[in-house]
Amino acid sequence: MPLSKIHQEYWEKNLRMTAALLLVWFLATFPVIWFVRDLNTFSFLGFPLGFYMAAQGSLIIYVALVWFYARHMNKLDKKYGVAEE
Amino acid sequence: MASRKNKHKIFFLSLSRYYGFYTGGFIGFVILLAIAEQMGMSNAWIGYIFMAATFGLYAGIGVMSRTADISEYYVAGRRVPAVFNGMATGADWLSAASFIGMAGTLYLSGYDGLAFIMGWTGGFVLVALFIAPYLRKFGQFTIPDFLGARYGGDLVRTIGVFAAILASFTYVVAQIYGVGLISSRFLAIDFTTGILVGIVGILVCSMLGGMKAITWTQVAQYVILIIAYLVPVVMLSQRITDVPVPQLMSGQVLQKVTEREQDIFNDPQQLKARELFKHKADETDARIKGLPDSLSVERRDAEHNLVRIKEAAASDASAIRDAEQVLQNLPRNEVEARETWGREAEQLRASAKAPHPHAEPFPGENEKERDTARLNFMALAACLMIGTAALPHILMRYYTTPSVKEARQSVFWSLFFIFLLYFSAPALAILVKYEIYTKLIGSSIADLPAWVAAWGNIGLVKINDINHDGILQLAELTLNPDVILLATPEIAGLPYVVSGLVAAGGLAAALSTADALLLTIANALSHDVYYKMIDPYASTPRRMIMSKILLLLVALIAAYFASLKPDHILSMVAWAFSIAASAFFPALVLGIFWKRANKWGAVAGMAVGIGLCLFYLVSVKFYGMTPWFGIKDTAAGAFGVPAGMLTLIAVSLLTPPPDTEARNLVEYCRYPHLKNDADGNSARA
Repeated sequence: MPLSKIHQEYWEKNLRMTAALLLVWFLATFPVIWFVRDLNTFSFLGFPLGFYMAAQGSLIIYVALVWFYARHMNKLDKKYGVAEE
Repeated sequence: MASRKNKHKIFFLSLSRYYGFYTGGFIGFVILLAIAEQMGMSNAWIGYIFMAATFGLYAGIGVMSRTADISEYYVAGRRVPAVFNGMATGADWLSAASFIGMAGTLYLSGYDGLAFIMGWTGGFVLVALFIAPYLRKFGQFTIPDFLGARYGGDLVRTIGVFAAILASFTYVVAQIYGVGLISSRFLAIDFTTGILVGIVGILVCSMLGGMKAITWTQVAQYVILIIAYLVPVVMLSQRITDVPVPQLMSGQVLQKVTEREQDIFNDPQQLKARELFKHKADETDARIKGLPDSLSVERRDAEHNLVRIKEAAASDASAIRDAEQVLQNLPRNEVEARETWGREAEQLRASAKAPHPHAEPFPGENEKERDTARLNFMALAACLMIGTAALPHILMRYYTTPSVKEARQSVFWSLFFIFLLYFSAPALAILVKYEIYTKLIGSSIADLPAWVAAWGNIGLVKINDINHDGILQLAELTLNPDVILLATPEIAGLPYVVSGLVAAGGLAAALSTADALLLTIANALSHDVYYKMIDPYASTPRRMIMSKILLLLVALIAAYFASLKPDHILSMVAWAFSIAASAFFPALVLGIFWKRANKWGAVAGMAVGIGLCLFYLVSVKFYGMTPWFGIKDTAAGAFGVPAGMLTLIAVSLLTPPPDTEARNLVEYCRYPHLKNDADGNSARA
């Protein structure tokens, strides 16, 4: 099944977005754990910042990431004519 | 096409209306019960009514959703709108351990417990980016289905079935155990009867209507469990801080807890109590070392004591009974003594240990211990995340949405609904800690609140005034993690109806997860093994009957294991994540993102992944192997996943590339809609 150039471009854009969001996911997870002591010198809403990130901050970032990906891809599908219907 | 879209919209609106009424009705029902309680209804009756109403409701939805259609049975007809699939996934995901155990784990481990919070939410980012949309486009029934079609041949499918059953079975045993625990405590029936009641509740749903019934029940169960979780936390926050937003207020409360910790930890009586516990632990160790002589000495002493009391002039009945009890409670033989005393010493040592501040990350004696704790936190979070993106009972849910678009949105809704609970759990732990540190610790043991005695009766709260000062020190209080959430309504001084609500929520969490897991196992056997491998010409009614018989069998076997009350059950749940991650994640993700991945790569990668993971966790847990880099057995996937991934790549490159059919399938999955799709499902094997 030969794919047109447009299809390949769509897939590349998807890959790029996936990689970018994966990077954000990584940053919101592992450095936040590794440097928690340093982050804890700051405070947010009364929490030490490192504690806050693991309890709430990173979670909010995860929700936002998934929301953004769904919206972005659903738009991209339409733009490249690969949307359902 | 337009009319199909319209039909979806109408379906969505009527669903929203049904569940809107239902939620209102449930809140009304709770309020009515609260009024009845004020008018003098007994606690036992509130328990029965809650139980009967929720079980009746789940059974009712199950009966209404009964079906004989294969696609309805396996994937709910693929018409579950994103929001509702999100709620169903939420109920699926939030198990007895999350609902009841999470707050307790956070209470006991402080910052280090947050690895679970991060792991169990962050995993959905991986589900969204790597799995859900592609699996939905593939559009079959099970996870082994995808592996079988992508890599070709029954071998990959068989390994997939084996891993799916292995990962799901330990998990389902833990859920049924949870159901037995809650219903026995709540209805005052014995544990085994509690399990049977739970099994009936589970089977009514899944046997009648498969995935369809489970989905609509899970939506109802999610509503109950989230209300049950949030109501007590919000009320506790209102009581302590005067603001009903626990997530926002718990930061300030944490500061107060941290201040209070200094006083409690350095209190001279607390230090003395810890000293005494350590002394007693050492004594117990000496007794274990002195076996078998030490046991005979103790038995002789107890017998002498009994004789002495009986012969004494003013011997009263209760003293004799006590002395008899002491004699009876002695271990019967050396093996038993080693076990009981070993457990005693372990508990004493835990009480003697220095407590650590709630907000302190990675507590340890020295820098090396702290580094290992940090490494373990990262490894556990990574395993839980990757495991989330590989557990068959969760991934299966993304087959049920009407489109790829909705599958993507549905991951968002899943994470959102799960987030609501995990976002509140750390706050709950802090609020309860504040209450216990300020109200309980440092007060007279004679006038502790009533809930302490009530939960003490069933052994979940233990108080041991080892320094005999009549005041409760932190070291003298032992809490079972489960009690934190279950006792929150009483700690907050709420009416009994809220306790009933919390129990109903815990039950909803355990039942909904058990439903999905049982269906996953039964489907792996009936669809992947029986239909795809043994009898591909089996008729639809025959396949349905097979699936239902297997469901019943698996449920009974799981119930049998749960009734044995296995000790290691909770750590076994964490294993499920590592097993699923090592077995499925590399094969699923590379199967979609790397066309060159082939059959032999997948076979070798999955086998190495599961093999290494199982080897590591069994050797560390049961054979005392020294952990590699200090990584605990619960994070065995930290080795299994990379090993599986590398093996898959290496072996694929060493063997011929996959055929065109496999490449076509990859392309088919990558695009939500291609022109060629219309002419049939040529790419779907």
